[in-house]
Formats: sequence, structure tokens, C-alpha cells
Amino acid sequence: MTQMTGAKMVVQALRDQGVEVIFGYPGGAVLPIYDELFMQSEIQHILVRHEQGAVHMAEGYARSTGKPGVVLVTSGPGATNAVTGITDALMDSIPLVVLTGQVPTFMVGNDAFQEADTVGITRPCTKHNWLVKETDKLADTIHQAFHVATTGRPGPVLIDIPKDVQFATGTYVEPRAARTGHYQPRVKGDREVITRLVEAIETAERPIFYTGGGVINSGDAATQLLREMVDATGFPITSTLMGLGAYPASGKNWLGMLGMHGLYEANLAMHDCDLMINIGARFDDRITGRVADFSPNSRKAHIDIDPSSINKTIRVDMPIIGDVAHVLEDALRIWKSRGRKVNKEGLARWWAQIEEWRKVECLRYKGSDKIIKPQYALERLEALTKHRADRYICTEVGQHQMWAAQFLGFEAPNRWMTSGGLGTMGYGLPASIGVQVAHPDALVINVAGEGSWLMNMQEMGTAIQYRLPVKQFILNNERLGMVRQWQSLLHGNRYSHSWSEALPDFVKLAEAFGAKGIKCADPADLDDAIAEMLAHDGPVIFDCLVEKHENCYPMIPSGEPHNRMLLGEDSGEDAIKAGGAVLV
Amino acid sequence: MAAALNIQKGTSKHSAYDLRDPNAEAIERHTLAVIVDNEAGVLARVIGLFSGRGYNIDSLTVAEVDHHGHTSRITIVTTGTPAVIEQIKAQLGRIVPVHEVHDLTVEGPSVERELALFKVTGGGEKRVEALRLADIFRANVVDSTLESFVFEITGTPQKVDAFAELMRPLGLVEMARTGIAALSRGSAGAP
Repeated sequence: MTQMTGAKMVVQALRDQGVEVIFGYPGGAVLPIYDELFMQSEIQHILVRHEQGAVHMAEGYARSTGKPGVVLVTSGPGATNAVTGITDALMDSIPLVVLTGQVPTFMVGNDAFQEADTVGITRPCTKHNWLVKETDKLADTIHQAFHVATTGRPGPVLIDIPKDVQFATGTYVEPRAARTGHYQPRVKGDREVITRLVEAIETAERPIFYTGGGVINSGDAATQLLREMVDATGFPITSTLMGLGAYPASGKNWLGMLGMHGLYEANLAMHDCDLMINIGARFDDRITGRVADFSPNSRKAHIDIDPSSINKTIRVDMPIIGDVAHVLEDALRIWKSRGRKVNKEGLARWWAQIEEWRKVECLRYKGSDKIIKPQYALERLEALTKHRADRYICTEVGQHQMWAAQFLGFEAPNRWMTSGGLGTMGYGLPASIGVQVAHPDALVINVAGEGSWLMNMQEMGTAIQYRLPVKQFILNNERLGMVRQWQSLLHGNRYSHSWSEALPDFVKLAEAFGAKGIKCADPADLDDAIAEMLAHDGPVIFDCLVEKHENCYPMIPSGEPHNRMLLGEDSGEDAIKAGGAVLV
Repeated sequence: MAAALNIQKGTSKHSAYDLRDPNAEAIERHTLAVIVDNEAGVLARVIGLFSGRGYNIDSLTVAEVDHHGHTSRITIVTTGTPAVIEQIKAQLGRIVPVHEVHDLTVEGPSVERELALFKVTGGGEKRVEALRLADIFRANVVDSTLESFVFEITGTPQKVDAFAELMRPLGLVEMARTGIAALSRGSAGAP
């Protein structure tokens, strides 16, 4: 029974949870905790420039390590600034523990200076949150928070700690003594349904694996089992934006990403399959297109640890609630024990059909020797970096993000950090810093658009302060490219407020921060410029001036099914019909 | 006939199996019993879920039912298509302090009761008639002045509705209803 102050308890609990680094910003309501941080050296604190940046850094840290990210911010504006990042983590199921200071308990509700109803504001954007009113409950709550953030479907949790609770003395409890209560999500899938899935695998003529971020969240075992299953069955596999890397892009069964800007062969295979095996994906609207016409002739299995994901938008025939690794292990064992059967003839025909679709070469684009095409920039970046096993890619949100997903190949999980569900512009720069903190010697590249990048550019200061050699690869089209693309498809080329007339000189900006700036506008110079970026031992802002009016294809227009994809050469004029125009 | 017996269309209230068509578009009324930790904010979480995701709440009651174990029972009457009802239950189940979600409408026969207080003012024949009807409905008089009664009535929501309709022309000036409390029939008990 160790007695200590609440502030000391916070640091002790983080240490006992194995936390090595936290991302934060001090303020009045967290000063006692910062004082405790000052007096120790086990936990590294990364001082950010804006609280949103802290949360995205913690997300980058979490996604690239599989460990929870930890954030420490003050009350009021500190907490409200963190809300976007927390919501982002909720949508993408990223485990975070966010600690916020709060005004002292006796002032809560008085509209005190820097007071906000933090638990009220963050209730809908956390997996769970707590306001701790007694120091005796603080350690127990922190341990519970780590348990909730990391078990089941991961997500962000928040603990609001009033300042008087930080000063008062209470009893510390260790993690194993903490009440993790009734929150014990089920991890084993229903054997009967898994057996039905195996039977379906044995007979399917046109099967497809459709995988998502759940495979990566489940851990390395899930990735290994998935690869074994795909290779053993010979089935084609596609993945959502969130799931890239679980199956290697160089794998022979890989179809590429699916969805709104997914590959033609992946989307057509989804539409025409007779057995869809959804592993850790959630039938997001970027994936399904028009729900009524989604893969009309398939039987569907859905493996998900979150029961509310099952039958939410697409009704499935084989719902399996459980952890991906556990379910795949059972499925593989049952399939092997029944003689490893697949429908070889059907599969051969199916692959022949897929090869036909591949001939469309949906990622084809018109090259240029005068101006850098964004696709070309990414092809060169891929060619010059793909040999590095320690390459981590982050992105901002927009066209560049979709091109990065299309043109970069991921061989391992936890190498690709992008804002999927929430689509948060300003995610990539801080996320890349979080990744670099976790992997100091790795090559961390943020593929960015200039619009998104400017949203959190203050975090370059953080990169400089901690000597984090993040590479900011900005595809600069002086436009909000995805907005411009939709305005061209949907609003008669009226480019309302989708460009900036006052962009900074990124090279000078880099120098002002103390980083290296590189500018490249000529395709002939691109390889040398990228090599220069890679060779520099420090943060780089790479201003890659690209074609200003390039659209991102292929594309499933809003409100259309998978088999109505637009390819690059299609006219954009009436691509989106009235019914689809209301969709985003 | 079904309407007279108050059997909801599309439900299998009297079967151990849930035989409803999952693709049906018909709106159903379901009574859910949600067992939660009695902690700060838990009701806000449940209500926030309903408003944030656009679900309906027809009735909601909440009270601590296990003082020692700090658990409360929230009884929610909601409406939606079968798919929406399933989604509501799954979403409720995701809330960390929620222990159990029971759909009393499909889990077997259940009883529903509501308590209401009615203030009826007036004199003469109307006052006598109000008292006579209260007797028929087994309502108790819990407060009385020379010009008013406060009746307490317990029963199904339909019975309370019927009593309210009868009281309206007799001088009903105010009413308070608790919302529905519900339990499954038979010996088996949820915690």
C-alpha cells in the first residue's frame, strides 16, 4: 500500500504500464504532473506545438508499434484542441490513452478559467472516458483505461484529472490489482459458423478475401495466419486503405486496394465474387458504393471483434464475432483437418477473369517530360525507397493519399499510417513525428499535399527540437486537389475556394524552422532530388511541384456500384448522378 | 385481432426463437432492459448513443437496482426496423459500463407497467364521475382538496392512456408518468 500524490501516481502508473514516451503540452491544470515528469528520466516527453499534433503523434506511434499512444494535455483549450485527434483515433480504432488536466473539483461547474466539460465533450469521441474525483481511484482508473484502450476493438480513452486530485495523496495500486471489471470482449469465434465458412471455402468458385485494419490491430499472429491462409487456398485478396501491408503487395494473390479509388480488378472481383470473406473490415461507404448493388451474388462472411460492425450496413450470411488471429487459427485448423480442399477448376477460371480485368491497367496515366505527374513522383519515390524494410509512410488526406495507396507497396503491417475513417487533413506531419519517435533510425516519409500539410505545419518545430529526420514529401499542386476534382465532376468546373494564392516558399519555410528544403519541378531532376532528401540526416521539406489539374482515377462515383468505375480517360462531366451528388 | 391482443406485427413475442425477417421494413416497438454500472455519465452515454445515431426513444426509465453492486437498470422502449433494433442492441453492448442488454420483446413473454399521477380539478357531477372511474381503474386517491384529486394509477401504458382520455373532459390539469418498467415473466431472472 504505497501512498503518493496523484501527480506521482500518474507517472508511476504510466511506468508500470510500460509507457516509454508521451506526447504533450503543459498548462495550469497539469503542472503537478509536469513537475513529476521533470523529476524522472524513464518516460520521455515530447513537447508538441499544438495539442492536435500530440494526438496524431500518439496515433503514429501506436500504429507503427502496436502499443497504445499516450497524450498529456491541460484543461479547457488543451482538451478541446485534442478532440479532432481523438475522433480520428476512434474512427480508425487506434489505442490511445489521453490524460487531461481539469480545474480543481471544487471549481468544476463554475465556468472557471480554462474549464471545459471535457468528459462531456469527448464522450461521443472516446471508447470510454473518466473524470477522477478521488486520488485513491486514480491509479486504478489509469490501469483500467489501458485495458479498455487495448482490448477488444481498440480505441482512444480519456482520463480527466482535476488539479486538486493531482496534489492530494492517495493509495497507489499496481496494474494487476486494478479492476478490469466486466470489460472482457470475446475473442474466440463461434466454431459452428467457422465450420460453415470452411465449407464455403471448399466449394467457392469465385472467392475473395476482403481485409481491413482489424487484421493489423489483431497483431502479428493475425498477419502470419492471413498470409498462410491466402497462400494455401490460392484465393485473391484485396484490402481497405486501413489494412494495407497485412498481405504483402508483392504477394502473388494481391489485387491491390479496393474502394472508391481502389483498383479496377479489386472492385470488379468484389462485385462478381460468389464468396466474400471480410476479415477485420467494416463495409465502410468508401468500400461499398451503392449498398443495394453491393456484390449482389455472393455469400458473405464477416470476422470482426465488434458485434456492432456485423450487419450494420451489409447483411452477412456467416457472422463471426472474435479476434482475427483466433478465428483464422480455428478456420485454418478446421480447413486443414478436412483435407485442404478448394474448387481448383473454379479458381482457375476466376483467376483467368481477374487477369482480363488487370489488362485494363487502371492506374495508367499520361506521362509528361515537362511537368511532374503526381503518380510519377510516387512511382519514383517507391522505386528509390522500396528496398528499405524500415520504411514507414504517413499521408495527409486527399488525392495524394489515394495515389500513395495506389502506387506505394507495403510488405509488412504497421508501415502505413493514414487517416482513414475521419479523413483528417493535418494528420500526416505529426503522425510521421510519432512514428520517428518510435523508430529513430527508420526512414519515415510523409506523403503530403500542400493544403493538408499547412494545417499542422507548426509541428516541424517538434521535429527539429527532437532531431527527428522526418521527410515531408509534398505533392504541391497549389490546389485542394480532391475538392477540385469533385468540383470538376459535380459542380461544372466551378473551383470555389479550392486553391490558395498565397502559398509559402517551402524551401525558405524549411530553413526558417532549421530544416532542409528541396524544391523540384522538372521530371528529369526528380530522382536526384529524392536521393538528396534520403541522404540528408535530418528533417526535410520536399516541395514537389506537380501537375495542377490531375484527377485521381480509377474512381467509383458516389452512389454507384463497384462495376461502374470511372477510368482515367472517361469524361468527368456527368459522372455523378443527382442521387449520388448528396453523398460525400 | 392482432391489434386487439396487442401483439406487435412482425414480432415473435410468444416464441423462444427470434423468427423475424431481418430484411423487413416494418417498424417494430421493442422494450430493452440494459444493466449498467451506476456511475457518473452512464445515462448520458446511453442517451447520447440514441441521439447521435438517430434512434428513437419512446420511453426511458432508470434507477439503481443493486445498491451493493452499484448497478442500475435502464428500461428503454424504442422503435425501428429489425435491422435498426439489432444495431441499437449491438451499439448499447459496446458501451463499456453496460453489462447486459436484454430485448424483452423477443426473449419471451414479459410484463410492462407504468405509474402515473393525475391531477383532476372540478366540482359537482364531474368530480363524482372522476372518482367513480378511478375506482373502476383501481386508481388511488393520494391527495385531495375540495376542488381536486390527485390519482395514482399503475398499469400498462395502454391502461394509463385510457384513464388519461377519460379524465381529460373531467378536469385533468396535470399529469406525471414514470415511463415503463418491464420484467420477463417466469422464474428465470437476469441479474
